[in-house]
Amino acid sequence: MSHDLDERRILERAVLRALLPRDERRRTFLRAVGASTAGAALASLFPFGALTAMAQEKAKPEKPELKIGFIPITCATPLIMADPLGFYREQGLKVSLIKTAGWALIRDKMLNKEHDASHFLSPMPLAISMGLGSAQQPMRVMSVQNINGQAITLHVKHKDRRDPREWKGFRFAVPFDYSMHNFLLRYYVAEHGLDPDTDIQIRVTPPPEMVANLRAGNIDGYLGPDPFNQRAVYDEVGFIHLLSKELWNGHPCCAFGTSEAFIKENPNTFAALFRAVLTAARMAREPRNRPLIAKVISPPNYLNQPETVVEQVLTGKFADGLGNVKNVPDRADFDPFPWHSMAVWILTQMKRWGYVQGDVSYKQIAEQVFLVTDAKKYMAELEMKAPASSYAKVKILGKEFDPGQPEQYLASFAIKKAV
Amino acid sequence: MSGKAQSLAAGALSLLFLGVFLAIWHIATAPKAQVQAPADEYAKLLGKGAKKSAGLPTPEQLAEAALTHLKDPLYDRGSNDKGIGIQLAHSLARVGAGYALAILFAVPFGFLIGMSPILYRALNPFIQLMKPISPLAWMPIALYTIKDSSISGVFVIFICSVWPMLINTAFGVASVRRDWLDVTRTLEVKPLRKAFAVILPAAAPTIVTGMRISIGIAWLVIVAAEMLVGGTGIGYFVWNEWNNLNLTNVIFAILVIGVVGMILDFLIGRLQAAVTYVE
Repeated sequence: MSHDLDERRILERAVLRALLPRDERRRTFLRAVGASTAGAALASLFPFGALTAMAQEKAKPEKPELKIGFIPITCATPLIMADPLGFYREQGLKVSLIKTAGWALIRDKMLNKEHDASHFLSPMPLAISMGLGSAQQPMRVMSVQNINGQAITLHVKHKDRRDPREWKGFRFAVPFDYSMHNFLLRYYVAEHGLDPDTDIQIRVTPPPEMVANLRAGNIDGYLGPDPFNQRAVYDEVGFIHLLSKELWNGHPCCAFGTSEAFIKENPNTFAALFRAVLTAARMAREPRNRPLIAKVISPPNYLNQPETVVEQVLTGKFADGLGNVKNVPDRADFDPFPWHSMAVWILTQMKRWGYVQGDVSYKQIAEQVFLVTDAKKYMAELEMKAPASSYAKVKILGKEFDPGQPEQYLASFAIKKAV
Repeated sequence: MSGKAQSLAAGALSLLFLGVFLAIWHIATAPKAQVQAPADEYAKLLGKGAKKSAGLPTPEQLAEAALTHLKDPLYDRGSNDKGIGIQLAHSLARVGAGYALAILFAVPFGFLIGMSPILYRALNPFIQLMKPISPLAWMPIALYTIKDSSISGVFVIFICSVWPMLINTAFGVASVRRDWLDVTRTLEVKPLRKAFAVILPAAAPTIVTGMRISIGIAWLVIVAAEMLVGGTGIGYFVWNEWNNLNLTNVIFAILVIGVVGMILDFLIGRLQAAVTYVE
């Protein structure tokens, strides 16, 4: 904040000097009206906000060559498309996108500082910051990469077993323990009376390996990211049982983030990255851009998938594997705003299933890890609408979640891990 | 039957086996019926009628894929899409580095152990314990401590190739014929000279056998390690094509892995022939 003010003062002085080039006159003017009045008068003439922003834009990134890790899934659409469409370059960054084999490696390569920033599952930065499942290191979420866009896919042999109550003994795959997929799948089966820890089996499987495992019959289904739900339909081994938006419309999935240390050491690079990814998100939100985006992210260097599969995911006009063509334009969307309430929900579910024990200071952790202030600032620069409050009540399978009452919410569940 | 006639017959038989194998493959994978042009939208969304990379390829499809890869082995279309030649070079560099380190460690150390029966017995339990551990099990620890995935790959190669060499070197050195050592004692040969002029040549065939076993294991392991860590290398190539469920490319990569492994084994085999002696 003070950094901004300094910059603004420097700009004001520069403008004043340009208006009244002679020192003597300028001093008399300043003495007569006072520095702050002079500043206000100038502000009415000059768009200082925009100028400050431009000055920052020009601030050279401390570290222009960056390595960013990603998992080849459509959740990463904004951060991937920013490469072929030149959004990183526009910000003076030279980014290598590193396709990574699984979420554990994404975590390790961030902890190692091999990657400068990364595609994360949105619960991961919370977990890493809390030291759950890894060494503790403060990670930050700059923006949510995508909302919705996941699905429960079942093997075609289960076409007639659509009621979760019949799923006892099923083996499911999720991408990672600390994933929305894991928490949403657990939530879903628990709402239907199954205990996810004892009635079904949940395995961690890297998303790209899910279809191969489904085909081999190693699993009965998965709550996984696209394009692998659609890919199972395309390969005629699975069908889409339900889209994740039917569980919680607008749920976050993946996030874009980096470590707190990186932000401190490279504030300008951080700002440039933020702008690049938000620019991509802004473009990705427009439905008319989706076919083009599908085209640029499908090649082997990025997703390595048939274009038609990616296009069905992004446009929401897709074959469901049961013989129907569905049209769900908001099947996947890319709202970047990192809601604190989302973080609080994630934390309640971590506690519900025993990933964290004892007292959790929900709000404090959420506000530390999800960088709402920065997101608002850079979204405003790009004229993207950000909500005023970062907390909102949401409905998940018809049940209301109030981020102000996490403990009460937690107590309201019948099925949870007994601690 | 003379030797020449025998090897001719063996070659002909090899070709026959290959022919039968290709014929069976061809028949088994031949497309059943011509795929209909997409009748409706649903079929179109499933990619019916279009070229779909599902299932096992026919030999012709594989040959076509192999040709495309071999025509342009060194292309570089970004950090995640490089030609097969570049991927192989990455894998070979990792194997080369890990294997060289293993030789530098295992041969001198094995020498020491082999010369000292007490050390041999004292260290044997540790070696026997470490030997059967899958090198990939080391990966999480390597990543955590080394903090670099590429070097972790090299470490995994090192750890898997070090044991056969160490054991074989120690064994080879320990079982040098007693009479030869007695002769050196009678002639009062200096220890260093004894090591290089008598023990090393005597133990060389056993040492190189260990090296040959190691290179085989190293080449097996690099593929798995790269599938795990990703980024570059032939293992990453297999993984990336597996993601796309493109079995044609996977089979092509398997063939390449086989050929390279054979060449590596052949090279060490030549070395082995050079150091072998007849008593």
